Amino acid sequence: MSETATPRRTLIKGAKILGGRPQDVLVENGTIAEIGSGLPAAGATVIEADGRILLPGLVDLHTHLREPGREDSETVLTGTRAAAAGGYTAVHAMANTFPVADTAGVVEQVWRLGRESGYCDVQPIGAVTVGLGGKQLAELGAMHDSAAGVTVFSDDGKCVDDAVIMRRALEYVKAFDGVVAQHAQEPRLTEGAQMNEGTVSAELGLTGWPAVAEESIIARDILLAAHVGSRLHICHLSTAGSVELVRWAKSKGWRVTAEVTPHHLLLTDELVRSYDPVYKVNPPLRTETDVLALREALADGTIDIVATDHAPHPHEDKDCEWGAAAMGMIGLETALSVVQHTMVDTGLMDWAKVADRMAYAPAAIGRLAGHGRPVAVGEPANLTLVDPAYRSLVDPAGFVSRSRNTPYKGRELPGRVTHTFLRGRATVTDGNLT
Amino acid sequence: MKRHLISATDLSHDDAVLILDTAEEMGRIADRPIKKLPTLRGRTVVNLFFEDSTRTRISFEAAAKRLSADVINFSAKGSSVSKGESLKDTALTLQAMGADAVVIRHHDSGAPHRLATSGWIGGSVVNAGDGTHEHPTQALLDAYTIRRRLAAAGAAGTDLAGRRITIVGDILHSRVARSNVHLLHTLGAEVTVVAPPTLVPIGVEHWPCAVSYDLDAVLPKSDAVMMLRVQRERMNAAYFPTEREYARRYGLNGDRMARMPGHAIVMHPGPMNRGMEITAEVADSPRCTAVEQVTNGVSVRMAVLYLLLGGAEPAATKETHE
Amino acid sequence: MDTPESPPARSVLEAPDIARALTRIAHEIVERAKGADDVVLLGIPTRGVALAHRLTARLAEITGHPVPVGSLDITMYRDDLRLRPARALARTEIPGSGIDGALVVLVDDVLFSGRTIRAALDALGDIGRPRAVQLAVLVDRGHRELPIRADYVGKNIPTSLRETVKVQLTEEDGRDGVLLGVREDAPAAER
Repeated sequence: MSETATPRRTLIKGAKILGGRPQDVLVENGTIAEIGSGLPAAGATVIEADGRILLPGLVDLHTHLREPGREDSETVLTGTRAAAAGGYTAVHAMANTFPVADTAGVVEQVWRLGRESGYCDVQPIGAVTVGLGGKQLAELGAMHDSAAGVTVFSDDGKCVDDAVIMRRALEYVKAFDGVVAQHAQEPRLTEGAQMNEGTVSAELGLTGWPAVAEESIIARDILLAAHVGSRLHICHLSTAGSVELVRWAKSKGWRVTAEVTPHHLLLTDELVRSYDPVYKVNPPLRTETDVLALREALADGTIDIVATDHAPHPHEDKDCEWGAAAMGMIGLETALSVVQHTMVDTGLMDWAKVADRMAYAPAAIGRLAGHGRPVAVGEPANLTLVDPAYRSLVDPAGFVSRSRNTPYKGRELPGRVTHTFLRGRATVTDGNLT
Repeated sequence: MKRHLISATDLSHDDAVLILDTAEEMGRIADRPIKKLPTLRGRTVVNLFFEDSTRTRISFEAAAKRLSADVINFSAKGSSVSKGESLKDTALTLQAMGADAVVIRHHDSGAPHRLATSGWIGGSVVNAGDGTHEHPTQALLDAYTIRRRLAAAGAAGTDLAGRRITIVGDILHSRVARSNVHLLHTLGAEVTVVAPPTLVPIGVEHWPCAVSYDLDAVLPKSDAVMMLRVQRERMNAAYFPTEREYARRYGLNGDRMARMPGHAIVMHPGPMNRGMEITAEVADSPRCTAVEQVTNGVSVRMAVLYLLLGGAEPAATKETHE
Repeated sequence: MDTPESPPARSVLEAPDIARALTRIAHEIVERAKGADDVVLLGIPTRGVALAHRLTARLAEITGHPVPVGSLDITMYRDDLRLRPARALARTEIPGSGIDGALVVLVDDVLFSGRTIRAALDALGDIGRPRAVQLAVLVDRGHRELPIRADYVGKNIPTSLRETVKVQLTEEDGRDGVLLGVREDAPAAER
């Protein structure tokens, strides 16, 4: 796909913007030109929204696209196609590739591949430390100054566990309004860890990944961020205790933001009893108490955003014994359905909040221009049309992602992205990629 | 009985008693001139060992051979497994060779469960110890040993109701402890685990047992005391300060043994760390059943293999009238 | 050994008949074994064991010396193991004197296909080497599938394959008797 020069007009008729009353939205040359009732369809491609929900294009702050290095599990092209199918118009590509995205060269490569894909904007995340090694700061400034314009830095997959390195990174990125996204995992407390430490791990004999290993790092980093006056973003919050810490930090007015994954909003460690590695993920699935606390925190804004932590793995890395399996789940194509199921259908959030948690807020944290904008005249037409009444069983065979490691196989989930528009151009039409 | 034996929790009370009763009969075979039964003739039992355990493998091998099964030993050492062949490919190979049962020892918790539920193989799976999860046949032979020692002759049909069993040592990493806690509870025993708090898992409060950090307080109220092997490496991960301190607080010596009731026995799954969790005096005393446990292991494993493979399907627990 | 009968079962032997039959068998054993000095009785579980104990009591009365008695479980030697779920085992109890050089009399309640006795002979071979093996049964109902016959028979009861023969003994069932019934639908080959 490539941008064309001919003027394009699309009229979306009868769409409920953020769940409001049905209106027509006219998109012209990549911009929202008009919003109203009974807009003329002349010369426009007409989409009968028929009461479906119109959201701003979703923005993911935490995606593993695997390219360069692990193209057997995902590429920028397949990953962005999966993102578009899931209603996303921008994703942040995590730095733990091979080679690691710790130089201007690698982040520019990923950024360029994203532009070429045309399905979804790709904003690279830079590594905090060289090779994710946790010892030496990567060239954060160079990555920011590169064409990729990196503002989010993360060693995700590994924790920046050295307090001094973490402090320096937090301070250093202040120069360009950057943010460090921490994968909070105290390494010594999680040596050989396989699953949440608790009742189930005790029975299954799997080495525990205790909540305190996440919470102790979050507590430390909150205090560090407060001390140096920096922005801190915490990846994939998974415990009720982490929620309390972030709530406390926000009550102090400190600049701490946090994300939760769809799977941590829905799944618990009881699923590990099957020893099916499709449920192996880092941080691990926690307990029902944690799930409920995370939902509540997302609804009340303690947790700012939903981020997928889309982590593709080839079949053989999951078709094995638990201990040998890779950690991670794919999530781009099911994220909105899981959020609808856990947050909207439960009455915890309305669609306006969904737009905030999945588009506005992530774009704001990433300082990402042109995304996460309101559905309003003059704004870029990055839009997602959702049919919330649709229900289906998740069938991995229908996924666009190169990988199939979804934990939702066979589960009934609501909602379906019928259309996605990237700057006015449809990347998804009637549920199919264009 | 279920088709696989993965966890002690797979066994109902009746299943467990049936296995012990069957083991009782199997034990008599050892006294015969011909220590062999034709029962599993033509059946193939594969010992799939991803972890060294000569004792357990030999025990299963002897059990299968006494029942006339063909035995194939598949050891991960020096095989393609150590060269990166996956459990799945190994399983598919065994399936192609027509294994009726796979006895698996694996360093990963859950590997036998995965083997049994993945659809990779069709036969029965018997867990011979997986990671820090379970070792159900060890628990069965322990229960069998306790029943034989504590119940008068003619123990057939009985369980362990009211027996007080104490398990001492590295509960956190012990598959023997996990299986025993469940099985002994199923058989009606009152189980207490004793360990330094560092070696008790988080979540133990949901186990069907009591927890104590004080060995001396529990010993006088124990009908059987099971000492677990404590690996010296644990010391390096700060689970306890020194061997000497561990032995002093949680080791079983002659003085402590003297405080046990007169009928109480000392058990050890082996191999023993003499001087660590058990002194030589205790290990060599007639109250210690370690050697007997090894003998009983063959009978119990014969019983398990027979009940899983001896018919068209595993034994039905509610016995049909013949 | 037989399947549970369906209701309209007909009594073919009562307690006094069974007692008389066992007494007669005991006398026959003494007669044929010339005093029964080296006889060992092995009952086949379940009811064969009770019958063997009754016989040994009678033999002791007749000969004035105790006759060793035990049990021989044949489950693991059966040829139909794979037709049904794995079965619970019964007790095998060989008298202390052993069976080498002895005259072993196998005792069972019903002789039918002969497969049980075939299994018993195999089991016996793994335990020792008797001088000779004989067979005593309370009921012979015919329909042999193997070249096996009984040396001592309490009563011959010609039956059809649709019928069941159910031996009841006080030790197991609370009363003595033999009932003839009609089987539900189990395949005849299994007996």
